Amino acid sequence: MKLDAKAPSGPLEKKWEKHKFESKLVNPANKRKFDVIMVGTGLAGGSAAASLAELGYKVKCFCFQDSARRAHSIAAQGGINAAKNYQNDGDSVYRLFYDTIKGGDFRAREANVYRLAEVSANIIDQCVAQGVPFAREYGGQLANRSFGGAQVSRTFYARGQTGQQLLLGCYAALSRQIGLGNVKMFPRTEMLDLILIDGAARGIITRDLVTGRMEAHAADAIVLATGGYSNVFFLSTNAMGCNTTAIWRAHKRGAAFANPCYTQIHPTCIPASGDYQSKLTLMSESLRNDGRIWVPKKKGDTRAPRDIPEDERDFYLERKYPSFGNLAPRDIASRAAKEACDDGRGVGESKRGVYLDFADAIKRLGENVVRERYSNLFDMYEEITDENPYKVPMRIYPAPHYTMGGLWVDYNLMSNIPGLFVIGEANFSDHGANRLGASALMQGLADGYFILPYTISHYFATYKPQKASSDRAEFKQAETGIATRIKRLLEVKGKRTVDSFHRELGNLMWEGCGMARNAAGLKKNLEEIPTLREEYWRNVSILGKNEELNMSLEKALRVADFFELAELMCYDALERNESCGGHFREEYQTPEGEARRDDANYCYVSAWEYQGEGKPPSMHKEPLHFEFVHLAERSYK
Amino acid sequence: MRVTLHVWRQAHARAAGKMVKYQTPEISPDMSFLEMLDVVNEDLTIKGEDPIAFDHDCREGICGTCSLMINGIAHGPGRGKTTCQLYMRHFKNGDHIYVEPWRAKSFPVIKDLVVDRSAFDRIMAAGGFVSVNTGGAPDANAVPIPKDEAETAMDAAACIGCGACVASCKNASAMLFVAAKVSHLAHLPQGQPERQRRVRSMVLKMDEEGFGNCTNQYECEAVCPKEISVKFIAKLNQEYLRAAL
Repeated sequence: MKLDAKAPSGPLEKKWEKHKFESKLVNPANKRKFDVIMVGTGLAGGSAAASLAELGYKVKCFCFQDSARRAHSIAAQGGINAAKNYQNDGDSVYRLFYDTIKGGDFRAREANVYRLAEVSANIIDQCVAQGVPFAREYGGQLANRSFGGAQVSRTFYARGQTGQQLLLGCYAALSRQIGLGNVKMFPRTEMLDLILIDGAARGIITRDLVTGRMEAHAADAIVLATGGYSNVFFLSTNAMGCNTTAIWRAHKRGAAFANPCYTQIHPTCIPASGDYQSKLTLMSESLRNDGRIWVPKKKGDTRAPRDIPEDERDFYLERKYPSFGNLAPRDIASRAAKEACDDGRGVGESKRGVYLDFADAIKRLGENVVRERYSNLFDMYEEITDENPYKVPMRIYPAPHYTMGGLWVDYNLMSNIPGLFVIGEANFSDHGANRLGASALMQGLADGYFILPYTISHYFATYKPQKASSDRAEFKQAETGIATRIKRLLEVKGKRTVDSFHRELGNLMWEGCGMARNAAGLKKNLEEIPTLREEYWRNVSILGKNEELNMSLEKALRVADFFELAELMCYDALERNESCGGHFREEYQTPEGEARRDDANYCYVSAWEYQGEGKPPSMHKEPLHFEFVHLAERSYK
Repeated sequence: MRVTLHVWRQAHARAAGKMVKYQTPEISPDMSFLEMLDVVNEDLTIKGEDPIAFDHDCREGICGTCSLMINGIAHGPGRGKTTCQLYMRHFKNGDHIYVEPWRAKSFPVIKDLVVDRSAFDRIMAAGGFVSVNTGGAPDANAVPIPKDEAETAMDAAACIGCGACVASCKNASAMLFVAAKVSHLAHLPQGQPERQRRVRSMVLKMDEEGFGNCTNQYECEAVCPKEISVKFIAKLNQEYLRAAL
């Protein structure tokens, strides 16, 4: 497998400009001759589909939800970063670039990250032009807030619903193109396979979720914008439908899967309350601006929080990281919470929780100010837990939230399969081993609005793809393959539900490949996952038939793919004998319990190649070169 | 606790539907309403009975996918929340709960509690946007927008497109939905060039899709999970008159 990152040479700040100039163009009259398939309508897919259609390409767009407006980008609360320096606090493109590289624990490509920081400012301009109602100051200028891992205020927001407003912005742009007939939209439709013809991506097979009908779609390029795979853990902050199927199917067709073990565990989520829990709810990171995180100093302390005197509380983030305090980056804050609970100092019934306390903020600012800033989050918390956070501290615990890993892409956002592009959370490109808050929205929109439209034209201009007919044998074979898989699942007629398997898999992953990993746990998982998967195909119960709206079947197909991905994640975590960002191997830590990176041996992207059913995957390395940034210990002390 | 459910079951769009009674297994008051349905579905699956189909996704009140009439109220009891944010502690042991799909001609049932809301997407495609292509936008701070105007625009833009307004309206009117988008963009300078065209196209499409008219009952506002005010319907009427005259 050849992995050529295609990062342009030259000075950092000239790379993208040079690359754009050197990229070939397709003339306006010829653009309509090219068909593009877009899978997913979140910030990346929605913005890309709209932008490509505006340029004149013919776009077919698919989503499993009932409307393009419901993609999970909508749930992002806090904000979107951009190097605008509107606050005059010393921000710059270079600082955003540096913060992101450092935040990612020096495991991302310099050229990609710099480009992301560079186009960040255009995103805000574009969104405002679409009518996104960002928060403003009395003078009419845009407002900003600060977020974890940064010492400047560069985060733009729309109340606690930034993701929603940005997504509705690109949904509006997409709707306009649908109305104009430039995009054909297929809601409630799931991609189940990728079709390669002569080594290039030329089509997909989809299943209509209402009728069960399979359909073949041919195109000149395929773009996957299908989000992350945190639901491999069963409990995560992702929407119930988020899945790995599209990228996993592409992986099985030859696309390299990069850094699968890099998963982000978000520190501020509401702890699980029982076995029936179906998902975990995030409390925005912005709460850490005013809330103080603590646990009792004494183990097994069962006193009510207000009865524990100040000097018997351990404000562990403030103690360990005085310069960032409660705003330490996500991976660090999450791990510290886990340590406190492992030490027997966790709170709440399950003892897997820490306090996020607003008493000091209420004393300092008054309850009204706190209410003004966070009332929607406080209300949400009270509804879920039946506890009033104005009176008792919130209980929070980390939960899977985002996956930095994904399909490998080069600087053009193209995978190792020609014609297969991957954008947004579905690719691995910009966040290294840990993503900073408010950077996911930035990356999704950067990829869709400002990067893919340039790089895809270069592909069209150079490869001169021949349109494939969906009558070709490759399509028929793939359809038969899926039909057989569905039939097999429906014929098992076992005794356990899909959810019961998914829960058990999630538990294995959370214990063995979650916030902290070690070789023994990973090896144990590599034995237990195949056993559970084998039982799945022997004992799962799915009622109904294919030719109808069958939500158990939809889920069963997704869980089958999660099983295979889970194994790959464990292989990757086991192979990476270092700790970096969200990947914390217990064997590799400093005496103070911080992640110990090994730049001499592991400064690379691990890109995995599928080797066939039952065979271990093989790993390829893309070395990371740091020309502009000095590799340093990532300290937030 | 245990409750008795009466659920609308309908195999597909053309099938006749009926209410079916289910006794839940033991459930916890800390479960969300949808988690209770998950438990019922697990139980049904094990018994070999077809699980109840219902729409849901983010389960945190923002995607707008979930959609149930619970005891005749869109999204169930309590103000300003979606079905997925409703918790079982608001019910009592032994309660009978009636669960039905959104009821409106323009939202045909697909199966059980799942309906087709694509009419909303078609209204949006008719004009719910600012016609601006990617690239070439001026600096975001070039046009200052008064805070109050931006806040009002945001109040309207908070709509999640769930359709509760339509489901609770005796006329199955989509005017709160359309009003939210029209008002959002009418309050911003970026929405001005297409202000008249937008309201005309969206209202025309709304009528074509078979939604009814507003007769000022305010049921929509009462059930809106984002508590969008009916004052925006007045704004819609004003905008429409201005554009049509």
